[in-house]
Amino acid sequence: MHLRRDCALSNDQYSGDGVNTKNIVICGVGGQGIILASNVLCTAAFAEGNDVKKSEVHGMAQRGGSVITHVRFGRKVYSPLIEQGTADFILAFEKLEALRYLRYVKPEGMIIVNDREIPPMSVLIGAAEYPQDINRKLKRRGKILFVDANERALELGNIRTVNIILLGVLSRFMDFEKSSWDRAIQENVKAKYVDLNIVAFEKGKEIAV
Amino acid sequence: MKSLLSGNGAVARGAWEAGCRVAAAYPGTPSTEILENIITYPEISAEWAVNEKVALEVAAGACFSGVRAITAMKHVGLNVAADPFFTMSYSGVTGGFVVVSADDPGMWSSQNEQDNRHYGRHAKVPIFEPSDSNEAKIFTQLAFDISETFDTPVLLRLTTRICHSTCVVELGRRTEFPPKGYAKDTKKRLALPAHARRLHVIIEGRLKKLAAFSETFPHNRIEWGEKNLGIITSGISYQYARDVWPDASFLKLSLTHPIPENLIKKFARAVKKIFVVEEGDAILETEVKALGIKVVGKDRIPSCGELTPDILRRSFSRKQKKETQQHIPARPPVLCPGCPHRPVFHIMKKLKLAVIGDIGCYTLGALPPLSSMDTCICMGASVTNAHGLEKALGADFGKKAVAILGDSTFYHSGITGLVNAVYNKGHLTLVIVDNYTTAMTGHQPHPGTGKLAHGDRGIRVPPEQIARGCGVEYVNVVNPDNLEDVEAAFKEALAHDGVSVLIFRRPCALLLKPKTPYYVDPELCKGCELCMQIGCPALSLRHPDERKKPLAVIDPTLCFGCGLCAQVCTCDAIVLSATTSTQETV
Repeated sequence: MHLRRDCALSNDQYSGDGVNTKNIVICGVGGQGIILASNVLCTAAFAEGNDVKKSEVHGMAQRGGSVITHVRFGRKVYSPLIEQGTADFILAFEKLEALRYLRYVKPEGMIIVNDREIPPMSVLIGAAEYPQDINRKLKRRGKILFVDANERALELGNIRTVNIILLGVLSRFMDFEKSSWDRAIQENVKAKYVDLNIVAFEKGKEIAV
Repeated sequence: MKSLLSGNGAVARGAWEAGCRVAAAYPGTPSTEILENIITYPEISAEWAVNEKVALEVAAGACFSGVRAITAMKHVGLNVAADPFFTMSYSGVTGGFVVVSADDPGMWSSQNEQDNRHYGRHAKVPIFEPSDSNEAKIFTQLAFDISETFDTPVLLRLTTRICHSTCVVELGRRTEFPPKGYAKDTKKRLALPAHARRLHVIIEGRLKKLAAFSETFPHNRIEWGEKNLGIITSGISYQYARDVWPDASFLKLSLTHPIPENLIKKFARAVKKIFVVEEGDAILETEVKALGIKVVGKDRIPSCGELTPDILRRSFSRKQKKETQQHIPARPPVLCPGCPHRPVFHIMKKLKLAVIGDIGCYTLGALPPLSSMDTCICMGASVTNAHGLEKALGADFGKKAVAILGDSTFYHSGITGLVNAVYNKGHLTLVIVDNYTTAMTGHQPHPGTGKLAHGDRGIRVPPEQIARGCGVEYVNVVNPDNLEDVEAAFKEALAHDGVSVLIFRRPCALLLKPKTPYYVDPELCKGCELCMQIGCPALSLRHPDERKKPLAVIDPTLCFGCGLCAQVCTCDAIVLSATTSTQETV
């Protein structure tokens, strides 16, 4: 009986690397493919030799609810959750969700937003109002890039590529090898959609130029 | 080899590597993906059980043969399975027996946030608390080893952030543990009072042995940093505390019951002050305090809700940061476009029925604008609560109220309540919204589908057959797509004396291909907003002209083509679209 399975870390391995850890918040509305996008990002970061942690929530949150995933990578990552005011990037699939999670971005961080409004049920039935001046509110927070990913996805003939187009935009700001991204898409996307998603990813990359 | 795995995926991998051969579970967030991942390993006989008690007993039975067996459930699932769990602690195991409890602090998808570390103490079994996926895998393997060494079930306690966080995991190979065969052992497995009295003495001794083991268990470890602050922590809280106090000394506990008292005392002597950082209840804190050690814990760290690094930092910060969060409309989950539950809730609202509810996707029918569910306590409580109300208020109550539950919930714990209502001469209508799957947790099969966990064909056990077998005289199965049919079915069932069962059957919209989307003709739409009352996310209002009322529009990318909105529209403005390409994309 081997009750002492291999576990001991050296003291060096206990030391986190908070300063050099990259923090990325991906948010949007359940059903937009946020989890898949964060899976591709994690796989690519892992292929680049990083320690990676990602946190998300399933269940109720997938029925059109607000969805946030936290992705962190670096030499050694402890918490899977990003602290407010420390995210290098927010990749938002919808503007209201960008506003909701804006508190996560650090002062010099960047916000990439899909230029799209999806009113929540409270707005649809008139119980609440969609913020009128949302673009101005978002812009106040610093570096921001609006992307019309839905339009680009329709150009590709498949609305479901929105997530990978947006990931392509984000990829312009990461120094990952192209092969890491391609492999990450292959590992996470159904075989028959791999080619389409690689095209979508490249399309996103071009937008960011 | 290293791989990225979720905590749930890592538990499955750990079970496989540990040679586990039998697994049973009932789906429940955040535990569901444990069995879903186990299913992918052909060496393990895995099944979706009808509820957690059944799952735990199946796994327990398997362990009687000497094979390693695992069962997984959400925290409230262990309430359902508590009865066999406590007595399995008395009888002990033959093959390794691991019970996974996935707690849901913050209630992302649960009705309460009970801390199941109490259960391990209550049932006198060891508890493992992994703090990431890699530990989730290793501790699953260790749990089997310890289960066999100490002759005890082991509670592997996860939380949402362990289950649904992905981390790097070191993979290993599988070790085989073939069955030993069945050997009768009544003194151990027949919990008659005479046997159980002796067994109780044995488990008190077992706890002492486990406490000694806990002292030297290498995953209960001290990580020395600066000595002015020492942190005692476990589970996900360890990761948060590591980020918040990178320079402190840590006592990281992994086998958290029984606690290593001497190790804790040694740590306490070496550091100036101690914080106990734990999510949920003050469990470690209470035990550490009982050793006469002064600590800071729940006087600062909240017991309610999920712990996060932000909350932890704020709890110890002198400056109270003002929340300047502006008002942002919330986005709770909603019933999907084309959901077969929507027409049922629409009619219940129209008929002004008291709706005694239950747990599943359909609980979302409680939210506006449908707002048609009054109660939700636990799995299966719809039929029993309704029966109790009727006993208190009289048979008339049964004419203006219904109990409603889903197909999977019916199998889980609705059947016993139904038998009880029939036997005790109840007057109630039980509505089973049968979408042919366990939808909320991600479409697991159940007896009504006749499909097995692996996808093979099993034997279908339809709910209408069960209802008739329970002695229900009035059973009606209706397709909910037509509103008139739904209303007529409600009226007929409610008029029936005694117990009636009304089954609305149509597969979950997520399992079907969307049909041709509908379209709102702006020339005909008067802006009456009747269609907005069905709460379909594909419908919204737009102002084509500032001076006029806003008109309804349908997002063709979201529309499922169920036509419910067209049925409620009194202006005939909602029609099947000829082509989808000419329409506005919202």
